Amino acid sequence: MAKESMKGTGLWTTLAVPIMVWTVLPLLWMLSLSLKSADTLADPDSAYFGNFWPKEPTLDNYRLIFTGGASDLFMPALRNSLIVCVVATFISVVLAMFCAYAISRLEFRGKKMILTTALAVSFFPVVAMVTPLFEVWSKTGLFDTIPGLVIPYLALTLPLSIWTMSAFFQQIPWEMEQAAQVDGASSWQAFRKVIIPLATPGVFTTAIITFFTAWNDFVFAISLTSDQARTVPAALAFFTGASQFEQPTGAIMAASVVVTIPVVILVLIFQRRIVAGLTSGAVKG
Amino acid sequence: MAEITLNNLVKKYGDGFPAVNDVSLDIRDGEFMIFVGPSGCGKSTLLRMVVGLEDITSGELLIDGKEVNDLSPKDRNLSMVFQNYALYPHLTVYENIAFPLRLSKGKFTNDEIDSKVRMASTMLELDEHLERKPANLSGGQRQRVAMGRAIVREADAFLFDEPLSNLDAKLRGQMRTEIARMQRRMGTTTIYVTHDQTEALTLGDRVSVLKKGVLQQCASPRELYDQPVNLFVAGFIGTPPMNFLPAQVEGDELVLPFCRVPMPAAVRERASGKDLLIVGIRPEHIKDADLGDVPANGVRFEAPVDQAEWLGNEQYAYIPFTVEGAVKDKLDELDKELDGEGMRTQMVVNLDPRSRVREGDDANFVFDPDTMHVFDPESGDCLTRDDAKAAELAQQSEEDRQRALERARARETQSA
Repeated sequence: MAKESMKGTGLWTTLAVPIMVWTVLPLLWMLSLSLKSADTLADPDSAYFGNFWPKEPTLDNYRLIFTGGASDLFMPALRNSLIVCVVATFISVVLAMFCAYAISRLEFRGKKMILTTALAVSFFPVVAMVTPLFEVWSKTGLFDTIPGLVIPYLALTLPLSIWTMSAFFQQIPWEMEQAAQVDGASSWQAFRKVIIPLATPGVFTTAIITFFTAWNDFVFAISLTSDQARTVPAALAFFTGASQFEQPTGAIMAASVVVTIPVVILVLIFQRRIVAGLTSGAVKG
Repeated sequence: MAEITLNNLVKKYGDGFPAVNDVSLDIRDGEFMIFVGPSGCGKSTLLRMVVGLEDITSGELLIDGKEVNDLSPKDRNLSMVFQNYALYPHLTVYENIAFPLRLSKGKFTNDEIDSKVRMASTMLELDEHLERKPANLSGGQRQRVAMGRAIVREADAFLFDEPLSNLDAKLRGQMRTEIARMQRRMGTTTIYVTHDQTEALTLGDRVSVLKKGVLQQCASPRELYDQPVNLFVAGFIGTPPMNFLPAQVEGDELVLPFCRVPMPAAVRERASGKDLLIVGIRPEHIKDADLGDVPANGVRFEAPVDQAEWLGNEQYAYIPFTVEGAVKDKLDELDKELDGEGMRTQMVVNLDPRSRVREGDDANFVFDPDTMHVFDPESGDCLTRDDAKAAELAQQSEEDRQRALERARARETQSA
């Protein structure tokens, strides 16, 4: 028994180590580049592997994006990113919650159609939508505004959110809600006090999917914004070096590190919540 | 405390099929009422109509004389234990039980909630589990939490939907007596749905037998057993079930597969002109004639024993016989209605364990024709039902119930 589990562990280690290296190395590289000075980055002699970790780490790049020359570009972009993502996530989760609840609990005409349409929408290639959207947005005044980004993100994330959430709702036994109603809960109370807590893993999954989609999006951000509503991924493209001969690598990397932090925090908070089997013990089983 | 009145309740689903058809019933204050029947008879639907989880297609549902047809479940002040318990898995046992109290905002202070929850948990012996989540409880514990949640609130009535069907046999027996004790102690009107006739007979002050959405008979367990109104009730109540035999009318006698019986007076009146009837004899009413103790007017007959089962406290003997024609069709139909498998071609006899009947041999049996039931094969009605006796049984059971309630109340005031 013990031998077998040892064997299992060995197998997993051999599989896990390359995968971890493969995923973590770029992040480390990003961090190391962000800590190197512009001179080191430009120096071809220092481009060898032994120099992976900076010999003289400097926070210059961070100073540059927070207070220095790039801060005009970066700080508003960071603010925009946060606003756009939080708003889009909130709206998406709330809408998806109600929609998925209706889909999993009620019988109505066109239920299947809603689900298939939602799926079909998410098949649409993003690049194909950008140009027409740009036209419409410039005509309607949505170009370079926060709602102008929130709306396409909702369209992008809602289908997946609805599908995920209805799967979660369907796992919750009907009796839960009926029991709550008999116990004296209104439909809203039953939904809020029983259904939502049970669907928490679903809610958080959806929230994370939505947040990341919006946070990482480049195509919409670069096409539908100018300097007012530009988010971080788009802003990075506009970073310039100190002179035209210098690459802004360090600044870009520093900005990337900064925008990675919320993602890491989110995952750390939510991974505890995304536990399966929360409904176990509800009914006989 | 409430009286629940069902007036001509009908439930029709989309396809127009009535799952509950014209059920009228008067459930008295403090009464323990059972809905029983084979699967698909509409008993659960009826219960869910009372609690408000199913709409009422037509008819009237009154709680203490007030119509509640259109009230939502939360406004009916009834509490319910679901078949699969439906506990809230994200809440502790304590919070599960407190849930209904917390919902009635401002009605209870935290201290009141606490004392009520602790009272319920003590009653159900859940004290040591209060901080656990339902997932970590055994089936019986979950069941008790579900009951705690139901009794903690001063609901007008308790509704149970097959609450014991998920428990194993031993626990089921314990919980059954526990439910009976609790109901007497609290004196709360209770409706209990089950397909198990042991539960039905042991728990119920009265039992409502349903078939295909239609109420067949609502009576005390004794009356159901001794004075069934029709073939269905007679066949449903009792284990092993009542034996049904074809009976040819010849003059003033009924000809059964193994013997002739004088026609009971009541049957002569009610079945004039019919030449074929169905006779029902309970397995325990047929005795081994060789053991002595033969009733004066007993009818003796000899029959081959196909199989004998000795169980220590009793003994079953199986006697095959053949049925043909209209009676066979009727009995097959009945068997199907009772969830049977169409194998009813033998008579079951419940004998004294001392009996020495042997497999493969003929044996002498005797039965008292007064205990025999005679049914009309077309309508299924019982022709031997004695209304006077039935009324007497009903009155007795009502007196028993009142007495039990009074005693429970007296005990309560004494301990208070």
